[in-house]
Amino acid sequence: MKSYDAIVIGAGHNGLVCAALLAKAGRSVLVLEASNRLGGLAGEREFHPGFHVAPAHSVSHFSSAVADELSLSDCGLTFEKPAPTTCLGENGDHVEVLGETVKGVSADDQKAYLAYRQQLLRFAGALDHVWGKTLPRIGHGLKDNALVYGRAGLALRLLGKEDMREFARVLTLPMRDLVSEHFDDPKLQALLSWDGVLGARMAPRSPNNAVMPLLLRMSGESGGDFVTPKGGVQSVTAALQNAAEKAGVEIKTACPVRRIVVHGDENGLKATGVELGDGDIISAKTIISSADPKTTFFTLIGAEYLDIEFSNRINRLRTNGYVAKFHAALSGLPAFNGLSKPEGRMIIAPELDAIEFAFDDAKYGEPAEKPVMEIAFPSLANPGLAPNGQHVMSAHVMYAPYKEKSNWSDATRAAFSRRIIDTIEKYAPGFANLIIHSELLTPTDLEREYGVTGGHWHHAELAFDQMLMMRPTYGAAQYKAPIPGVYLCGAGCHPGGGVMGLSGRNAAREILK
Amino acid sequence: MKKYDAVIIGAGHNGLTNAAYLAKAGLNVVVVEKNDYIGGAAVSRELEPGFWYSSCSYVCSMMRQVIHRDLDLTRHGLMLVPYLGTVSFADDGSTLLGYHSEGPNYNELRRLSPHDADAMFRFMTDLERYSTLIRKTLLRTPPDPTSFKPRDIQELIFLAKTFWEMGEEQVYEYIRFFTMSAAEFLEDYFENDFIKAVMATPGIIGTALGVESPGSAYVLLHHVMGDVDGNIGAWGLARGGMGAISNALASALKAHGGDILTGSGVDQIIVRNGAATGVALENGDEVYGDIVVSNLDAKRTFTKVMDRKDIPEEIFKKAENFKIRGSSGKVNIALSGLPKFNNVPENRYIDRGGQQFAGSMRTLEKAYDSWKRGTWSEDPFIEAVIPSAWDPTVAPAGKHWMSNFIQYCPPKLADGPWTPVKRDQFGKTIIDKIERYAPGFQDLIVHMEVRTPHEIENEVGLTEGNIFQGELTIDQLLFNRPFPGYAQYRMPVKNMYMCGSSTHPGGGVSSACGANAAREILMDLKKPNTVPEDDCYD
Repeated sequence: MKSYDAIVIGAGHNGLVCAALLAKAGRSVLVLEASNRLGGLAGEREFHPGFHVAPAHSVSHFSSAVADELSLSDCGLTFEKPAPTTCLGENGDHVEVLGETVKGVSADDQKAYLAYRQQLLRFAGALDHVWGKTLPRIGHGLKDNALVYGRAGLALRLLGKEDMREFARVLTLPMRDLVSEHFDDPKLQALLSWDGVLGARMAPRSPNNAVMPLLLRMSGESGGDFVTPKGGVQSVTAALQNAAEKAGVEIKTACPVRRIVVHGDENGLKATGVELGDGDIISAKTIISSADPKTTFFTLIGAEYLDIEFSNRINRLRTNGYVAKFHAALSGLPAFNGLSKPEGRMIIAPELDAIEFAFDDAKYGEPAEKPVMEIAFPSLANPGLAPNGQHVMSAHVMYAPYKEKSNWSDATRAAFSRRIIDTIEKYAPGFANLIIHSELLTPTDLEREYGVTGGHWHHAELAFDQMLMMRPTYGAAQYKAPIPGVYLCGAGCHPGGGVMGLSGRNAAREILK
Repeated sequence: MKKYDAVIIGAGHNGLTNAAYLAKAGLNVVVVEKNDYIGGAAVSRELEPGFWYSSCSYVCSMMRQVIHRDLDLTRHGLMLVPYLGTVSFADDGSTLLGYHSEGPNYNELRRLSPHDADAMFRFMTDLERYSTLIRKTLLRTPPDPTSFKPRDIQELIFLAKTFWEMGEEQVYEYIRFFTMSAAEFLEDYFENDFIKAVMATPGIIGTALGVESPGSAYVLLHHVMGDVDGNIGAWGLARGGMGAISNALASALKAHGGDILTGSGVDQIIVRNGAATGVALENGDEVYGDIVVSNLDAKRTFTKVMDRKDIPEEIFKKAENFKIRGSSGKVNIALSGLPKFNNVPENRYIDRGGQQFAGSMRTLEKAYDSWKRGTWSEDPFIEAVIPSAWDPTVAPAGKHWMSNFIQYCPPKLADGPWTPVKRDQFGKTIIDKIERYAPGFQDLIVHMEVRTPHEIENEVGLTEGNIFQGELTIDQLLFNRPFPGYAQYRMPVKNMYMCGSSTHPGGGVSSACGANAAREILMDLKKPNTVPEDDCYD
């Protein structure tokens, strides 16, 4: 059987980025994907004949560094210009945000918004270099520590006294406090809180873990605005596949990996290859997993090879998803009250408490009684996603707990879908009648469909104790697993989360060291 | 009008501590207090003949022992008597006894979960380790991370060094602990929901967070980092009620030659060409001092008793944004006898410790949900204690008084402001709940005092009735407390300082804020420091 320098498990965007970069550096690379399509959560699938959609519907902070290094533009990746984010009002009294402009609010709020955005962008800028780096282990190597953390400290200091102080205060604020310090308009408050809490076990009142992910999102070119690639999210995957193959990467789909083969002798443990579903073994010097940490360590490697303390830390990672995907195949484009065209993304959460109270249900294992959501119509920019004149709708719906009381019985699903449709109907009368087909992907479905533990699209909650040099946990946060020869490159590593590609890139650089 | 070296506003325990240390350094100080009695929220009041309520704070554990000894508070009449145990009640009425000795405690926990009985040792060890770090910072002035002053850099290096020496594992554990929720934190140790609930309760007391809110794990620690005579985490009563602490501090202050003016509410802090020069009282008098120290909370100080023109506009804004949310209520009840509780063998520890109506994690979180919606839960968390049972000085012989601390109680109700009627409805909710666990309880009631955040704000002066003078969230801790850049007790107006719980290290009857402020003031005045270093017992 052929042997490789490196085997990458999983053809999600991070896996492909990592593989392509390794191949570019002259390594022989094989990518093994369990499903029969590429892209993972950023990959499109046909959920109804003729209708395509990907779980991720925007790529707001895809790393330009990755795009450059793999010259993805030559591989056909170009981005649409940023589209507005609109917080819908039932009577068409919307609030719309794009770049530095906000419509539908008082002059005071408009002024405040400019200052607010500029300050957050300054903060994001100060952290910029942190995301694209491997963060050294605390207390290991004074020099590395000083270099990276010292530089981060300096970057913050260079913001000036006032900004640095504000940074230290703002960093752990709940979204609710942050936005209500600046704005009076309830819709603007909700809209700006959205990206801080989306995807996490968090609501606007939850302190500590909102602002960091927000700054991570804002570190992208568009400063956090809603951006899609020309041709849909799929074209990120297509471009990466193209770049990878150009570089000589071999990609096998429908080829699930059963386990990583770990060889133990008097010199200790070492990963020597992978065992496929059919029992075949492919050997390689390096095994790189883009799967989530729990899958990588417990399913692919096996706790028996791990130090008990380490397993405990992986085991207690918070990986339960709270967002459901709702996809609808539509016979036409719904008309939203007071909206000429449903462009960009629309947020249905008229005020902070709407999000807060939706979360309260989820705390007790119940899907939100009054769901809040972000919806987009990918087929607007990319008619190819649906038959002529018809459309697809993609919605991130909160809150849908992974651990649902009834374990997402059909009745619960039906009721939740019903509530989602009714909610949208309020803002777009006639919407329900346009539905040809719809599907609800709860976190349990996402787990099953995409092999992500807990159905968490960031692979592990983006929270302080699970970010930076602690992502996924110390001992594996430098992309190197405790088993020699095994590396991580998925969203479960720093910086993690979102269609960004930096985890894959940082991992590749570590491997090439 | 007499002129002093220092005027301290508010005779709460921090104000008195601050004044005592200034007086000890030879300063001529006066403390002005709006009420006719001293103590602020550390007070004993005889609202019913023979019954002495600790109207607000009711348990003593955070008092810095080094201050207790240094100011010789025992000689000034302060005596702490520790709890022997606690009884916790579950939703279904079943109980868990917290014995003060490990053996029985272990067996009691085993009844509910052998796993958790074992986990408890690990839990307590970890908690003590975390508290060690914080205890080290309690009597230190927070550094200013943006300053290049040798002293600040020194302090920063002290912090950096502490972290570096802790090593990767500890740093990780600390960051987890400081940012996560009490629920997630307890999840690491315990499996039994009721045990989790019992251990989680310190994480919500006084805070506008729920057991599920990130950040509540720190609040939990904030409540267990104290000690009684050096027993870390232990709780105790002050003999004679919490007022005994204030009275001892006042007596120490007077022994050093300080004055106290009661019934002297401050109308405004007088500022002349950019410097504080004294206070104008509500009764028209003016009291002058070279420096003015405010023991009021940050919001009240800068938005109520100061003229907006006298302070930088940004400070006014910061004060308005200062998070000081009322979330607690207090119901003090005089009883004709000791209530008898169900499922408590021989009524054990009812007469020698606390009662926790914790219920379950769900009940605790649901109570928070009600608060968020501007109402109080029908099944709130109550932390009770019957001090008279082992402090004969606070109730007539054979009679008792019961202190009930309630989490949560909103500062403003969704359906309008607090009224006496609504206040009494709130009180009834509490009585009804206790009656469920102690049938016949109501018939014992002689007198009761119901305090919602509304009463606490009006009587004590704490904005929104927040018992910590400001939320204990990271954005308002250490060098962020009360505001970034003003954490070293000096305020933007010359000769003006703050010494209340709005400053580092925050709420609790610890005297640390007042002492730290005194150290800074004496430094500015080039006087010898009278404030001791913390010995921490570790």
